[in-house]
Amino acid sequence: MKYMMFVVVDPDAEATPREEDITIEEWLEDVETHGTRVTGDRLRPTSDATTVRISKGEVLVTDGPFTESKEWIAGFDILDCKDLDEAIAIAARHPQANGGKIELRPFWPLGE
Amino acid sequence: MTDDPVRAALAEAATERAAILATLIRVTGDWELAEDCVQDAVERALSAWPVEGVPASPAGWLTTVARHRAIDLLRRRATERAKLQEVALMDEPETSPEDLLRLVFTCCHPALQVEARVALTLRTVAGLSTAEIAHAFLVAEPTMSQRLRRAKGKIAHARIPYRVPAPEQLAERTGGVLAVLYLVFNEGYGRRDGDLAAEALRLSRLLVDLMPSEDEARGLLALLLLQQARRATRFDRNGDLVPMEEQDRSRWDEAMVAEGLWHLRRAGSSGRPPGPYRLQAAIAACHVEAVDAASTDWARIVELYDALAVAQPSPVIELNRAIASGFLNGFEAGLEALDGLDAALTGYYLLPAARGDFLRRLGRSAAARTAYTAALGLAPGETERRLLERRLAEL
Repeated sequence: MKYMMFVVVDPDAEATPREEDITIEEWLEDVETHGTRVTGDRLRPTSDATTVRISKGEVLVTDGPFTESKEWIAGFDILDCKDLDEAIAIAARHPQANGGKIELRPFWPLGE
Repeated sequence: MTDDPVRAALAEAATERAAILATLIRVTGDWELAEDCVQDAVERALSAWPVEGVPASPAGWLTTVARHRAIDLLRRRATERAKLQEVALMDEPETSPEDLLRLVFTCCHPALQVEARVALTLRTVAGLSTAEIAHAFLVAEPTMSQRLRRAKGKIAHARIPYRVPAPEQLAERTGGVLAVLYLVFNEGYGRRDGDLAAEALRLSRLLVDLMPSEDEARGLLALLLLQQARRATRFDRNGDLVPMEEQDRSRWDEAMVAEGLWHLRRAGSSGRPPGPYRLQAAIAACHVEAVDAASTDWARIVELYDALAVAQPSPVIELNRAIASGFLNGFEAGLEALDGLDAALTGYYLLPAARGDFLRRLGRSAAARTAYTAALGLAPGETERRLLERRLAEL
């Protein structure tokens, strides 16, 4: 079962250091060892983003998006897990879960 | 009524019925199919048993009929997946308590909305109809039906596992299950009919049977028993709420009290430090063990609230602690303790109500009137309002 894991930065959230906190390198090593991560990366901030849409029959390109929300998606990982509990356990260990948040979205394969 | 023994047999088989459902879900992985088949078996029982008599093993009968129905339906689907499911069913899978526990944990999975957890648990584990659940939670039946469908959709789409959580997740998830049962109980406890409270009690007993060494599950059962024991005295003839100190203690259900206290002791023998449910049960025990309101052991209750505030910090627990401390240290001290809670409990009617009670006991009628009036404006329901109105009239 594949899950898209969005790594979300929330400037309002505060991290409370915990003993079990690990670094992103340790997290990566962990998911590589277990073969639960298909791919993933960081994403440049929305100031480097470009929005493309068709407007009045023409391609409209704009800078952004700049939304009201202060949260932004800072990265993503595609997980391949047995079930949601395994994905939750992996997400909970991600350093950004403490101080930011992680969103898990199951894949919806075309044709299903 | 000719169908009385039939209904009784079906009620008796309620737990087995949930177990059959749980097993069918495990084997087929298809909630809708499993529910349809069990529902079908129940309907057939309702028409067959009055004529043929109740079978020697109602649960066995239901299992067989539900299983055959599932095999029938799967055959008609004629897909590869259905064939595999059918094969699994041909083996006559045994229903087991483990399956029921899987069902409970899946229904109470934290990835589902709390309302959905409650509804799904009542629908599948307790076997209530969608209409009954909708009625109990005062929502329209289509709304409830959609809530259930959405929850089952998420279980399938997000692949919420159908199993008892791994050891490292078990404590937390068990807490989640207990929270759902306590929510169901409280929903029913506030009302006179109390069907939901009785259902929560039944489910909580079931959970203790399934997980006998979980001391918090047993703590919850003890808590529910000790609260339910006072049920007959909580409302007067007019349906008005009777505060605990005015309840007729001779009418508290002795057998339930004894059973609750027994479970509380047994939970305590686990050697683990008490969690929130054991602590709340211990507080309830202090109340039922007092021969009258005046001899309540408030020192012990304050101590227990102190521990509870650490185990499960919440402003409502602070409020209860403040009330208990007023009975222990004097109502002036109680008022002072309440003053510290204004910010955390803005808009919560029990804070001004508690203030009004202390002021009334101190004989400060004018201030009590102001507090009760404030509480009246915030009270959530008719029963709460009537008690406050009575207090105002008594000043």
